[in-house]
Amino acid sequence: MTDLAAPAALPKPRRDLLPVLLPVILALAMLPLIGSASSWVTLTVASLAMGMMIFIMASGLTLVFGLMDVLNFGHGAFISVGAYAATLVLLPLAPYVQADSLWLNLAVLAPAAVLSMAVSGALGLVVERVLILPVYGQHLKQILMTTGGLIVAEQALYALWGPQIIPLPLPTSLRGSFIIGDIAIAKYRLLAMLVGLIVFLGIQLVLNRTKIGLLIRAGVENREMVEALGYRIRRLFLGVFMVGSALAGLGGIMWALYREQVHASMGNDLTVLVFIVVIIGGLGSIGGCFIGALLVAMVANYGGFLVPKLALVSNILLMVVVLLWRPRGLYTVSGR
Amino acid sequence: MTDLLTLAGVHTHIGRYHILHGVDFAVPEGQTTMLLGRNGAGKTTTLRTIMGLWQASSGRILLDGQAIEHSATPDIARLGVGYVPESMAVFSDLTVKENLVLAARDGPLDDSRLEWIFGFFPALRRFWLSRAGSLSGGQKQMLSIARAIVEPRKLLLIDEPTKGLAPAIVVALIECFAEVKRRGATILLVEQNFHAARELGDKVLVMDNGLIVHRGEMAALATDVTLQERLLGLSLETHQ
Repeated sequence: MTDLAAPAALPKPRRDLLPVLLPVILALAMLPLIGSASSWVTLTVASLAMGMMIFIMASGLTLVFGLMDVLNFGHGAFISVGAYAATLVLLPLAPYVQADSLWLNLAVLAPAAVLSMAVSGALGLVVERVLILPVYGQHLKQILMTTGGLIVAEQALYALWGPQIIPLPLPTSLRGSFIIGDIAIAKYRLLAMLVGLIVFLGIQLVLNRTKIGLLIRAGVENREMVEALGYRIRRLFLGVFMVGSALAGLGGIMWALYREQVHASMGNDLTVLVFIVVIIGGLGSIGGCFIGALLVAMVANYGGFLVPKLALVSNILLMVVVLLWRPRGLYTVSGR
Repeated sequence: MTDLLTLAGVHTHIGRYHILHGVDFAVPEGQTTMLLGRNGAGKTTTLRTIMGLWQASSGRILLDGQAIEHSATPDIARLGVGYVPESMAVFSDLTVKENLVLAARDGPLDDSRLEWIFGFFPALRRFWLSRAGSLSGGQKQMLSIARAIVEPRKLLLIDEPTKGLAPAIVVALIECFAEVKRRGATILLVEQNFHAARELGDKVLVMDNGLIVHRGEMAALATDVTLQERLLGLSLETHQ
């Protein structure tokens, strides 16, 4: 039978659902080990919230690597800068942050988040033009340039804001927990989950329902052919880099509020974690990045509760196990 | 008849390797020009250099009188050049539909043109929503060609489209290229299949060691076995 007389339908490609089920399996497996249902819910919600925040920070990095083949070790700088930018709004408007009104709190948080994203996105523009552009296709130089950029950014933050840790209290209405029976669910964690989910769905929507998304997916697989079809992929690179940086900035303000403090090395501290998530998920895969972030957070929270000493190495162990199982990460993007 | 594409003294280096050593030829508008030669002669490099995927080190490349040797690939494509690489390079993670939507750069897909394409390649209609990565080699080639012709193009650069394909598919491709030419496109086609070359070619160029060593009418080469053996090292009849 030739291809011209092909059968009426191709066999449906098997959906690879195992990675999607992993967080569910892991959570259920932990229930008997943890023993208490309320502790399990608290840890699971904490994991989901932390995972969503890590996903927000890591999603840009995985797209940047997938599409542009750029190893950006300076991604953490966008996280720190985003967090510091937020203090420009949140600290002067502290009375609104401390007001006992959800709407007043949100009225301050929203512009702070927008400013964080704008500043990190603008920094992304500068970094791409100044540091990345001269070293496209040269991984070693990319590592050197972006690591250098991270150090410069960190020192610049110290120079501008000083070496002290800046306290960043949570808005009043986001403090405390919802109590359901003997289960306590922190309000801010719910907000973090909601924002993470919105970012994930938004990225999926853009990637799967728009021509820009088609271009990004095609570019991740074969940049050269996208150019041969007449698209200037360099502009797309720049756009994705800026969006990735802006998302890192958003992750920065969320993480700072989660920890209730801002310091210049926070981005640097998170860089390893973010890279682990990107590697576990599969370079360039947004879905893999999402699951990887949840897994990393779950292992950190459950591991920290059950075997506190294990918490120090839990992420590395997780990465080793995942890569032994799937050497190219949970989801492989064609062409990578 | 005017020449749509002209190469004059084109040299291309890939790293430290000097691949094209001063390529000169012209492709007449509205005709199909076959580019033949042994493996490693520089045929693919020639197409990639025209497309801007590898920059010419020196020489001139004129498309419709406009110099393009320093142009970026997207700008060359936007001048009306379609490219079908030897590797097909379909986007595996995208569906057949998404591959064609992406190729339709100037707007939404034109239904009548799609029907015209489905006439040659009915499998594409059948697998419209299937991932391109799940298609067979022949179907991927159909998709790769459909992508190049989903909108009218002035010039098509096609690299070994029939390689490894079943005869029935080769016939469909030949019909497609002939029809595309009838609609006014100019084609520069790298091909090793003699049947396809003889059917489609108006002009022929033969390359060896990065140079054009013969140019003329395809019909003349097709009937001259001695010339074939001298230029290509074998009779085209034996190289199906």
